[in-house]
Amino acid sequence: MLQRLRENKSAQGTLLALPTTVWLFVLLIIPLILTLIVSFGKRSPDGNVIYSFTLDNYTRLFGYSTDCPDGQASCFDPLYVNILGRSLSLALNTTLFVISLAYPLAYFIARAHPKQRNLYLFMVLIPLWTNFVIRVYAWMMLLRKEGAINLILGWVMNLLNIPFTPLEMLYTPGAVLVGMVYEFLPFMILPIYTSLEKIDASLYEAAADLGANSIKTFLRVTLPLSMPGVVAGTILVFIPVMGTFIVSDILGGRQVILVGNLIQRQFLDARDPTFGSAASLILMVMTLIVTYFYTRKFGFGEEIVVA
Amino acid sequence: MNPFRRSPFVIIASVLVYIFLYAPIVGLILYSFNASRTNVTFEGFIPAFSERIVMDGSLVKSSPCGPFHWYCDLAKNQDVAEAAGNTLTIAFVATIISTVIGTMAALALQRYNFKMKPFSQLSLYIPIVIPEIVMGIGILTLFSQFFGWANNFFNLVGDARLSMGIATVAVSHIAFMVPFVTLVVQARLQGFDKSYEEAAMDLGANEWITFKRVTFPMILPGVMSGALLAFTLSLDDFVITFFTNGPGSTTLPIYVYGLLRRIITPQVNALSTVWILVVFLAVMALQVLQNREQKPQH
Repeated sequence: MLQRLRENKSAQGTLLALPTTVWLFVLLIIPLILTLIVSFGKRSPDGNVIYSFTLDNYTRLFGYSTDCPDGQASCFDPLYVNILGRSLSLALNTTLFVISLAYPLAYFIARAHPKQRNLYLFMVLIPLWTNFVIRVYAWMMLLRKEGAINLILGWVMNLLNIPFTPLEMLYTPGAVLVGMVYEFLPFMILPIYTSLEKIDASLYEAAADLGANSIKTFLRVTLPLSMPGVVAGTILVFIPVMGTFIVSDILGGRQVILVGNLIQRQFLDARDPTFGSAASLILMVMTLIVTYFYTRKFGFGEEIVVA
Repeated sequence: MNPFRRSPFVIIASVLVYIFLYAPIVGLILYSFNASRTNVTFEGFIPAFSERIVMDGSLVKSSPCGPFHWYCDLAKNQDVAEAAGNTLTIAFVATIISTVIGTMAALALQRYNFKMKPFSQLSLYIPIVIPEIVMGIGILTLFSQFFGWANNFFNLVGDARLSMGIATVAVSHIAFMVPFVTLVVQARLQGFDKSYEEAAMDLGANEWITFKRVTFPMILPGVMSGALLAFTLSLDDFVITFFTNGPGSTTLPIYVYGLLRRIITPQVNALSTVWILVVFLAVMALQVLQNREQKPQH
C-alpha cells in the first residue's frame, strides 16, 4: 500500500492538498450553499428558518411590498434598493479616492532609493496592521464635535479672527467615506508599488532616448505597466468596502445604512436569517459581477497576493 | 535620466498621504494620556503621581501611575486579559494548523498533477473575491444548523451541548487563513531551483530526506512569512469572529467594538496604544525575515 503510494504521484498530490481542500469546502463552499437554501426559506415567528421554496425575500429586497399606504395590495418600496445602491456608490467612490491617494505614494516609494524603500513600506504596514476596529475608533475621536479636527480648525479660525462653530462631521455619509478610504488605503498602495517596482529602468531610458518628456513617459510607459497593481488593489478595496458594516456602524451612527449593516441586523437584531441570507447572496453576486467585468477588461494581476 | 527623480507634486502628495495615515494613530496615542475620564476633549496629561487616585469630577488629578494612569487601569481589567488570552490562543492554534496544511497544499499545487487540482486552486480565491460578511453569516448558519441537529440527535443537554466558542472561531479563522499561506508559499516555490533536489536524489537521498534536508530549509522563509501573515490576519479579524464567537470567546477586536457602543474611557486608547506597539514589533520581525529571505538570492 505504502509502496504504491510512493509511486503514484497523483495520489500523493491529492493527499497533500486534501486537508486544505476539505477545510475550504466545508467552511466556505457548504456555507454558501446553505445560505442559498436559507434565502429561499421563510422566517418562523421565533426567528427560526422554515425551509421552503419562496422568492419572497428576493422580491422584498428589490422593492415588492405588501405594506402600502393607500390600501393597495402591493407597491414599490425603494428602501432596500436604495441601500444596495448606496453601498455600490460608496464602494466606487472609496475606490476612486483610494486610487488617487495611493498612486502618488506608491510611485514615491517605488522611485525612492532602494535603501530607503523598506522604511517607507514599513511606514505603510504599521497603519495596515493596526486593528481595523481601532482605526475606526481613531477617526471617531478625530471627527467628533469636540474632536481634534474641530479643535485645530477652531484654533486656526481664531488666529484669523473668523467666527467658527464646530462642524458636525461624525454620523454623516462623509465620515463613512473618510473612514473607508482610511481603512483600505494600504491595500491599494502595496499592489501598485509592487507593479511599479517591477518596471525595468531601461524602459524609461528608452522613452527618454526616443524624445518623450516626463509626462509622456508616465502616460505611455509607467501608467500602463502599473495597471495590474491598480486592478489588484481595486479588487482588494472594492470587495471588502461593499460588505463592511463596522465603519458605517460607528462613523455613520444610524444615519448611513449599508448592505453590510442590513445583513448584520437580520442576523442579530431583526432575527430574520432568511432575508439576511438573500441580501448576502445579492451582495455576493454584485461583487462577483463587478469583479468579473473589471478583471475581464484589465486582467487579474498576481499582485493580489502581496497585500 | 535619474531613475530616482520625483516631481515636487509626488513628494508633497506623499507627505500628505503619510500625514493622513498617521494623524489618527498619533491622536489615539495622545488621548491615552488624557486626564479626562469621559475622553471627549483632551484635558491635558495627568500631572502627578500619588499613592491613591485623586479625581476632580471626571478629571484625574493624580494617580499612582501618573500620566500612565490608564495603562495601569488597563492592566487591572480582567475582561481585557481574558480577551487578549482568547485572541492569542485562537491566533496560535489557527496559525499552526493553517501553516501546516497550507504548506502541504502549496507543495501539492506546485509539484503534482491530480484530479482535483483546479478545484483546490480555485477554492483558494474564495476569501479574496467574496466579502467577509458573506462568509461570516454562511459559517454562522453552518454551525447553528449543525449544532442544532447534533444536540437533538445525540440528546445533548447542559454543558455537553455544542455551542459557539473558541473552537468555532479558530476553525473559521483557519478557513480564511489557509489560502494566504498557500498563495505565499506557492509564490516562493515558483522561483525554486529544482537542481538542488535533483542533486540530493542523485547523491542517494530518498524523497523524505530530500524534503527534510533540501526542500524544507529552502522554502522555510516563505513558510515563516506565510505563518506571520496568517497570524496577523487572525489577530486582526473582526467580521468572521463577530459571527462565530460565543460566550467566553470574546476577542480583543470584539471587546473594543463592544466598548465603542458604550462609554469610552481613555483605557480604550491605552489598549490601542499597546496593540499598535505589538503590531510595530511584529511588522519589524516580518521585515527582518523577508530581508533574510531575499539575501541568498542575490
